[in-house]
Amino acid sequence: MTNTEQGAARLQGAPATGDPVLSLRGISKHFGAVSALTDIDLDVHAGEVVALVGDNGAGKSTLVKILSGVHQPSAGTIRFQGETVTLDDPSAALSLGIATVFQDLALCENLDVVANIFLGKELNALQMDEVSMETRSWMLLNELSARIPSVRVAVASLSGGQRQTVAIARSLLLDPKLILLDEPTAALGVAQTAEVLDLIERVRDRGLGVVMISHNMEDVRAVADRVVVLRLGRNNGEFTPDASNEELVSAITGASNNSVSRRAGRRQAQAAQHPESGQ
Amino acid sequence: MTDNSKSVAPPASPMLDRRDERVAHSASVGDSIRALLDRIRSGDLGMLPVIVGLIIIWTVFSILNPVFLTPNNLVNLLFDSSTVGIISLGIVCMLMVGEIDLSVGSVSGVASAILGVLWVNQGLPAGLAMLAAVAAGALIGFLYAQLFNRFGMPSFVATLAGLLTFLGLQLYLLGTTGSINLPYGSPLVRFGQLMVMPAIVSVILAAVPGVVMLYTGYRTAARRRAAGLSSQSSGGIIARAAAVTIVAELIVAYLNQGRGVPWMFGLFVGLVLAMQYALTRTRWGRSMFAVGGNREAARRAGINVRAIYTSAFVCCSTLAAFGGIMAASRLASSSQQAGTGDVNLNAIAAAVIGGTSLFGGRGSAYSALLGIIVIQSISSGLTLLDLSSSLRYMITGGVLAIAVIVDSLARRSRVSHGRA
Repeated sequence: MTNTEQGAARLQGAPATGDPVLSLRGISKHFGAVSALTDIDLDVHAGEVVALVGDNGAGKSTLVKILSGVHQPSAGTIRFQGETVTLDDPSAALSLGIATVFQDLALCENLDVVANIFLGKELNALQMDEVSMETRSWMLLNELSARIPSVRVAVASLSGGQRQTVAIARSLLLDPKLILLDEPTAALGVAQTAEVLDLIERVRDRGLGVVMISHNMEDVRAVADRVVVLRLGRNNGEFTPDASNEELVSAITGASNNSVSRRAGRRQAQAAQHPESGQ
Repeated sequence: MTDNSKSVAPPASPMLDRRDERVAHSASVGDSIRALLDRIRSGDLGMLPVIVGLIIIWTVFSILNPVFLTPNNLVNLLFDSSTVGIISLGIVCMLMVGEIDLSVGSVSGVASAILGVLWVNQGLPAGLAMLAAVAAGALIGFLYAQLFNRFGMPSFVATLAGLLTFLGLQLYLLGTTGSINLPYGSPLVRFGQLMVMPAIVSVILAAVPGVVMLYTGYRTAARRRAAGLSSQSSGGIIARAAAVTIVAELIVAYLNQGRGVPWMFGLFVGLVLAMQYALTRTRWGRSMFAVGGNREAARRAGINVRAIYTSAFVCCSTLAAFGGIMAASRLASSSQQAGTGDVNLNAIAAAVIGGTSLFGGRGSAYSALLGIIVIQSISSGLTLLDLSSSLRYMITGGVLAIAVIVDSLARRSRVSHGRA
């Protein structure tokens, strides 16, 4: 696909600069005796995709829940657009401009696309302005170059990729500064994954900061500008997307001896024996 | 970019919502009918089962007893439908959020007891007594909502407890007398038993929906055109408005051959229309659908889910209490029997038969109107055939079972056709 070409072209370009939209310093979160997060630092700039990777239990989702206002941190400061903020509940995060696309998308399948995009934010509470809502929905979806056949069909009849599109369009409705995507491609097929990665690039190109959680290294490599690794609730390295799988996997698992590194070792050994065959 | 590599870009359509070439858009009348058939086949039945059921029931009963379809019998049927229909409207609210209220019968009984005690025994003005009864209903709904929201008590258990509790309260309030007769000749009793619209008023009121459809249809079409969206053709708007007006006028004309259209039925239809507007055109209604469809998604979208549940419980109990007052005025008494027997089940059955799903997030206020007419038709038809209430209960129970089966099968079909 063209994704890889775009990815390669972008790597040569300058990474996002300027003041970070979001800046976390020393964020910790304890659940009783368990320290889910310890001293996490994270910066996200405008127009930048930061991939958050880590093993199960590394604290990725806890971090996203703190940023979306679902959990409150036990310690540390969150600075958003240069100001220290507290995120007491989901609506506080939303009104600051932090939108979250949850892993399960949180769409109402019985409602149509327009109703889902505007859920809880309908125009004109006592006489809903369906025409303006529909127009705005089309504008949002078109900005994302989304391929939704009709905004008047129930979400139940849309494919996984289209639902993801609707969820992302909804997160863009309130003009956020930062979007959090929790496993946006976990449940998707090949074509739909490519579609969602395209979407993420378009969101980034609009100048938004994007934090993406993913287990899929290929997806991370395709769109991320930086890869932040969490391990057991701590920062465990920051990589560029062209870092090798070995480096990433050993940062994620904390072990340098695993199947990926062993295979890479074998390949290197082979390559040394037959230099012409290449990798 | 990827878009350029697509084979041929579709010709740019002027309509914002007509740019995707994969979607079949129904342009002609034939296309609309085909789309409707497709929808029905995939399990999106809407009002179809109830209308088919009504035609079958009316045909059977009018063959068995020609009196059934006489104007005066239908007028009586509408009087009877209105009381339980108002209760059923509250049930629609509960089913919409995926919960149920099993105590509406008892709540309506308590309301009629409060009305009788305050108005007749205590000598309060009728209006004040009615207000107190309705307020008691609202309070009961609020109580249920607290049990549901704070203690996580399943609604069917909370209301099942309420069923017995408020039946007890009703018996306690009525005390030793057992029943209180409401004064004949009072406006409330005349409203429940006698008052019908003058012919001219009923004809005018029957024309109102068509006119409103025409007006809003044209306005919406103009706004959609201005916004660059596809819009309904003028012909379509006129055809629909004309169809509604003709049907309404025919019904009214037929009823006017007898006693005429009951004011109480007019009130019921008014409440149905108001509820339908609230459910489909306001943020509250949209939130009701959302909570019924996916509670967690609604919460994360910033909807106050607890407040929505509270509003549904309060709405249901309030309408149940109001229905109880109407039933008392219909019977001219507040008795220990009020709200007992099949009232509960009839109200719930009406909503389900009319097409409001037991699974939440799907339905309309019209289902209370059509459903209760089905239920009362069965009841009235069987009464005319001199069949005992034992048989009536069994048949109504069977109809409810069939309605739920249709609902479940349609839901399964919707899921497999991706319409959930």
